[in-house]
Amino acid sequence: MTLQRRTLLSAAAAAPLAGALSHKARAQANTIKIGVLTDMSGPYRDLAGPGSLKAVQMAVQESGIGQRGVTVEIVSADHQNRPDVGSTIARQWFDRDGVDVIVDVPTSSVALAVNGIVREKNKVYLNSGAGSADLTGSACSPNTIHWPYDTWMLANSTGGAMVRSGGDSWFFITADYAFGHALERDTSEFVRGAGGRVLGSVRTPFPGTTDFSSFLLQAQASRAKVIGLANAGADTINTIKQAAEFGITRGGTKLAGLLVFISDIHSLGLQTAQGLVLTETYYWDLNDKTRGVSTRMALPGGAKPTMVQAGCYSAALHYLKAVADMGVAAAKASGTETVNKMKAMPTEDDAFGTGSIRADGRKIHPSFLFEVKKPGESSNPWDYYKLVSTTPADQAFRPLAQGGCSLVR
Amino acid sequence: MDEIFGIPAPLLFGQLLLGLINGAFYALLSLGLAVIFGMLNVINFAHGAQFMMGAFAAWMLLEYAGLNYWWALLLAPLLVGAFGVILERTMIARLYKLDHLYGLLLTFGLGLIIEGVFRNQYGSSGLPYRIPPQLSGAWDLGFMFMPVYRGWVVAVAAVMCLATWLVIEKTKIGSYLRASTENAALVQAFGINVPRLMTLTYGAGVALAAFAGVLAAPIYSVNPQMGSNLIIIVFAVVVIGGMGSILGSVITGFGLGIIEGLTKVFYPEASSTVIFVVMAIVLLARPAGLFGRA
Repeated sequence: MTLQRRTLLSAAAAAPLAGALSHKARAQANTIKIGVLTDMSGPYRDLAGPGSLKAVQMAVQESGIGQRGVTVEIVSADHQNRPDVGSTIARQWFDRDGVDVIVDVPTSSVALAVNGIVREKNKVYLNSGAGSADLTGSACSPNTIHWPYDTWMLANSTGGAMVRSGGDSWFFITADYAFGHALERDTSEFVRGAGGRVLGSVRTPFPGTTDFSSFLLQAQASRAKVIGLANAGADTINTIKQAAEFGITRGGTKLAGLLVFISDIHSLGLQTAQGLVLTETYYWDLNDKTRGVSTRMALPGGAKPTMVQAGCYSAALHYLKAVADMGVAAAKASGTETVNKMKAMPTEDDAFGTGSIRADGRKIHPSFLFEVKKPGESSNPWDYYKLVSTTPADQAFRPLAQGGCSLVR
Repeated sequence: MDEIFGIPAPLLFGQLLLGLINGAFYALLSLGLAVIFGMLNVINFAHGAQFMMGAFAAWMLLEYAGLNYWWALLLAPLLVGAFGVILERTMIARLYKLDHLYGLLLTFGLGLIIEGVFRNQYGSSGLPYRIPPQLSGAWDLGFMFMPVYRGWVVAVAAVMCLATWLVIEKTKIGSYLRASTENAALVQAFGINVPRLMTLTYGAGVALAAFAGVLAAPIYSVNPQMGSNLIIIVFAVVVIGGMGSILGSVITGFGLGIIEGLTKVFYPEASSTVIFVVMAIVLLARPAGLFGRA
């Protein structure tokens, strides 16, 4: 009798638990989990960081995937620009938290580490923040798509424009890590290919260098016509600021900011940044659609999205389209299949217009060469760029055959 | 062209000068740290954040109050110093009787919080702050272009270091300070308000950091990380010079600036580590630092 009652009681106690479990399992089966891994506290915070998170949230909202009964959860973390920290977070996300896709990851050294882990776990990696073109070259992966820009594209556009306008001898100031090396290598190839010469380069410790005047003087002493800045974020800002201070450009030497974001121009101010030539694939004031993206994203302080943040938006949106198309279960089961699905569909969004994704994981769209306006030419806040020229989508990125990607046969 | 160790002489002179300029910042910052440690026995890890606050104060004074660089040079150290006084009164003063480690942890935490607040408010890519018109332009020294502003930084930093040293070594208030470091109870028995002396010392150390921050604002991007980039190096400078030794930290600051400058020519990749190599060697040979008393 007692025994019977106890059995009854425990069964009664277990019943709602079992119900809850199956409910949770059902919910998880219909939930996509996006992890935004980015720099929340360091030099790249303003060009990615909380803005990237906001961009992904906006993509989820606009995708309308919620109406199809799919729940999307977003988690985010700060990788502190350290590959070890980024790798640990990525593994935890996949093994413990059930994350399906990682978005952003500025800093190429961290991105390359995450790239390997995503492939090993057969998940999806939508890279927006990191620049190294190796992500679609020697390190390409069937699980990775490289979204807004890469080092080859920057070298091709900014480097090409500088050489054409007579800058045929170069000296590089290079951030001493994967991204800087890739950018220097790709730009050097370009300069040499166009008949120019590379007179030398100096590797600056990253992160932690604040005074670039010494490197600028070395560059000046080389008598190169162009000083190529193969760095990004706060490093680029400090280099440009100090170049102006030391009168580096006085003797006709030109600065080539190989990767400059609109957040950097905002920080420099037009007085210092005017005349700088740079390349981006997204600028908020290009047309009504790009303006719409920046209005809807509504970043704090009236800031406009960088191409990295726009890339996060565009990539997450396209990913969710693929998920809606193939079903949540199939998307969760195989990252490779999801990426294949994304490659098979044409891309379309307000930030980058129409485009496509190549077999090596390279997202294809046009790139724009801009010149920074003079203070008098700028009519409202964040009105910073004049469009100089546009490279069409099929010429903007490295030709498929030249990357050495194993996925291309 | 003459060459020294395979490097053109003009380039080498330029690098020596630049090293001296960076050394001026190291000297000013390590001076404040040394004063605080020498008198209060507190390892002030919030020093980098207070340096950053000085630069931000300059930017805010210009942006919100329309006060230019010269006002900032005067007001920013006072404002940030007052903030330091509040910190000392409300928190740090409670830790004097405890192990060094407590002060270190508290100020380290405070530094992180201050940085986080500024990062949340102003982002990380920095704010523009221009060189004052009176100090813009450059001198052509033949071997390099020397910006007037950098020359000003070296001169002001040297004057400030000398003044601080004179106050502590040659004035009455300095002698009270030194005496209360040796034996606070005895000095208090002579009718001197030791706790107030400590508060003012901390405030002065913080004001020195803020002063360096204002000097740095036109050169570096004014951003929340600007202090944490420098502070580790400055700690190494203080350790090499001998904890708490004023003269030691000033001489080491300038000296290490030059060593770092030369490394940037001969092996740039190591320029962020060379100071720590020097620190390791000095600690092995003289554990109390170059000018410290064991």
